[in-house]
Amino acid sequence: MAENGIGANVRRKEDHRFLTGKGNYTDDLNVAGQTHAYFVRSPHAHATINSVDTSAAAAAEGVVAVLTGDDLAADGIGPLICGVNVTSDDGEPHRAPVHSALAQGKVNYVGDHVAVVIAETLAQAKDAAEKVEVDYGILPAVTATASAADEGQQQIHDVAPNNICYNWPFGDKEAVDAAFESAHKISSLDLINNRMVTNAMEPRAAVGEYNSGTEEITLHLTTQNPHVHRLVMSAFNQLAPEHKLRVVGPDVGGGFGVKIFVYAEELVVGWACRKVNRPVKWTSDRTEAFLADAHGRDHVAHAEMALDENGKFLAMRVNTTANLGAYLSTFATMVPSYLYAFLLAGQYSTPLIYSEVKAVFTNTAPVDACRGAGRPEATFLLERLVDVCAEDMGLDPAEIRRRNFIPVDAFPYQTPVVQCYDSGDYNAALDKALALADYDGFAGRAEEAKSRGKRRGIGLSSYVEACGIAPSQAVGQLGAGVGLWESAQVRFNPTGNVQVFTGTHSHGQGHETTFAQLVTEQLGVPIENIEVIHGDTAKTQFGMGTYGSRSLAVGGVAIAKACEKLIEKGKKIAAHALEAAEGDIEFADGNFIVAGTDKAMNIAEVAFNAYVPHSYPEGLEPGFDENAFFDPMNFSFPAGTHICEVEVDPDTGEVEIVKYSAVDDFGKLINPMIVEGQVHGGIVHGVGQALLEGCQYDTDGQLVTASYMDYAMPRADNVPSFDVDYAPTNPPHNPLGVKGCGEAGAIGAPPAVINAITNALGIKHIDMPATPENVWRAAQSAG
Amino acid sequence: MLTVSMKVNEQAVSGEVEDRTLLVEFLRENLRLTGTHVGCDTSQCGACVVHVDGASVKSCTMLAVQADGCDVTTIEGLTNGAELHPMQQAFKDNHGLQCGFCTPGMVMSAIDIVNRNGSGVDEATVRKELEGNICRCTGYHNIVKAVQAGAKNMGG
Repeated sequence: MAENGIGANVRRKEDHRFLTGKGNYTDDLNVAGQTHAYFVRSPHAHATINSVDTSAAAAAEGVVAVLTGDDLAADGIGPLICGVNVTSDDGEPHRAPVHSALAQGKVNYVGDHVAVVIAETLAQAKDAAEKVEVDYGILPAVTATASAADEGQQQIHDVAPNNICYNWPFGDKEAVDAAFESAHKISSLDLINNRMVTNAMEPRAAVGEYNSGTEEITLHLTTQNPHVHRLVMSAFNQLAPEHKLRVVGPDVGGGFGVKIFVYAEELVVGWACRKVNRPVKWTSDRTEAFLADAHGRDHVAHAEMALDENGKFLAMRVNTTANLGAYLSTFATMVPSYLYAFLLAGQYSTPLIYSEVKAVFTNTAPVDACRGAGRPEATFLLERLVDVCAEDMGLDPAEIRRRNFIPVDAFPYQTPVVQCYDSGDYNAALDKALALADYDGFAGRAEEAKSRGKRRGIGLSSYVEACGIAPSQAVGQLGAGVGLWESAQVRFNPTGNVQVFTGTHSHGQGHETTFAQLVTEQLGVPIENIEVIHGDTAKTQFGMGTYGSRSLAVGGVAIAKACEKLIEKGKKIAAHALEAAEGDIEFADGNFIVAGTDKAMNIAEVAFNAYVPHSYPEGLEPGFDENAFFDPMNFSFPAGTHICEVEVDPDTGEVEIVKYSAVDDFGKLINPMIVEGQVHGGIVHGVGQALLEGCQYDTDGQLVTASYMDYAMPRADNVPSFDVDYAPTNPPHNPLGVKGCGEAGAIGAPPAVINAITNALGIKHIDMPATPENVWRAAQSAG
Repeated sequence: MLTVSMKVNEQAVSGEVEDRTLLVEFLRENLRLTGTHVGCDTSQCGACVVHVDGASVKSCTMLAVQADGCDVTTIEGLTNGAELHPMQQAFKDNHGLQCGFCTPGMVMSAIDIVNRNGSGVDEATVRKELEGNICRCTGYHNIVKAVQAGAKNMGG
């Protein structure tokens, strides 16, 4: 292993600037001549717009322009799009209402964008926004997921009868129904997957600049995928041709999915900076983030498992209603379909699965991917149902899982729901987690807690997820409008240092360090001489960005492939310089060596020769700079078992997590310190969903939880420290042997926590968030 | 407009502000000290914590005029050169940060916690006292470790 290479806990290269206040986030950027944008938002969940009078606002002090949907349409700026098709059960594509970045004639959720005021100062823009007079015709609102498609409900979009976006059945219904007919036992469960607000700590922001000389727009954005923003804004919104639009994602303060999407505000800033021919800056405040960031989850489901007399799963049947909000966000349609139903097999060999998903529109903020995206919903449903099965069969939760695990010798394993898992050893992770959690000692601890008036519970969650997104051909067949390869460029400079350009984007994951570790391992260049560059369409060749735990599993491989090309070229250069045959040159630890001799040449010298090719192989291009693209052959399938132990105070309903043990299979770890940090963060995201976070709209469509006073984020005193370990297997299709780790905690944690609470109280189910009130009520009725 | 004068990171500064200007706005917009962040609008997240006359303050809860004549330290003022403050170093050593957005507020709160509780501050106290700083990335595990390690470093 190279020093600071694969497997080393290298302290992060990016930390110094963050720790000294020298990070460069979008809102930190100020441009000469800059104006400020503030959006006039709908205070109503559902209303026609009878008129918008901007005259008083336009005349207010400092106002540069007040723009509406009519101005946007007049300039030919296209509506916001959803990039993935899902075919409904009538054979038609999903219903896609027009989503103008500034409303035209109607608003559909509180926070919907009606107009934008651009002024010299933010305070002036806010003051003038108060003067925009909008005459609304208020309509009844639809907010509840379960009843959104009921007969007689208020219709939101003409194109979507009964507020249905799609009905999407998947699986062999007849075979599944037949298996249920002859089952020894049927276990069933109704459950809700609570709506979350993603809440990256940095609110969204945009700074747009237009250069009238080059006719180029530069947009600094809080983005997880600058090239995707550029592509969509060019190809679908007609903001500017791709080569005249530069998107920069500088330091970004957390993503978790919410900064993947192309939103109204960012598009409007890009358009407005050209229209007013001044730089325009917009920064969301937290209230706006609650109102208008894409939300996550929000399912209502009924799940059933058919079992034989030994507790083996024979078939599973799931019916899900998923709330997509008022409009379709960029990837909304795929979250409760492909990213959800295709994970319903979990770690089990259930031979038959049938799923029906009804996706509905409501008068709420759009819903899209949030850390895990579909996979937490599938895992929560499955791992809760498995515990119900265990109870119904009188089996220990660990035992029923063991009886149904896909055995280690069955990989690659084709599930009945499309995915083919490439590697895994689910028993190994379970065994290690049981030991880490001291599962055998639980009864004693529960007894001791009882003596103090507390109730202890322990809960398991054995999850699998699909990430490393994604094989382009597979997602293309499913209806995605893009390929999901990744690209890299590894460039030596003549002085021997290295710049690595990646199409992924780091917003907390530590790519600047992890990717440098890959390169130092492969090329032998000291890590301090390697700089990883990302997030600027004018610097990096192309890329699809960071989400779906794809950066290392896809982007990292592209980097490794570019390094391989450099080594191949370097052998030719070294062979010429060392007067040896190319076939005799070996490369190790940064040196090209003539095999069996002490004749060698460092890679930095080779790079210098490539740029100063005075004596150089005939016909070989100068330069030491290689590109590579990588398109994975399969998803990757991280998996593991998480075990949560809680202590419940039945008098107050308070739940304390007393121990949390996680054993994951992420394949090979490049920087274990960073991986462990990703696990911790994911777990707390999941604990937040399980215990604290619940986004609530009232029946009028007002967002009741629109601040940190009302929406409970997990804080340091809500969680314990964690015990984390690994049970790796080697994914054969990934050249680096890596799987991805960014979402696992958020996927694994919610059922582990809830299973622990149901275990403590001896109840079948409790919905998330299991707040003290909900737990107290459950404890009282359980007796 | 009003004129305010104060000491920020040991430099005397003054500027013109509206009476509604918050201290954090004065720091970020007037002084361009953008290390202090704004993560919410209800004084909950703690990304804007600075020290005013030696005590931690959420700079979004204080008007710039209220800080007139005060001694303010921001994240930029913890270190002058390449050498990090012991608490900054502890955050780096313990991977106590990911996206970095909450980090300046966390570090400023952490130093204040140690100043008040001493170098042997225990985990429960650290967790309780960090209640006013929200992080979405780290799950707090490594932040808590970092604060305790930083406390030891600060204690010499």
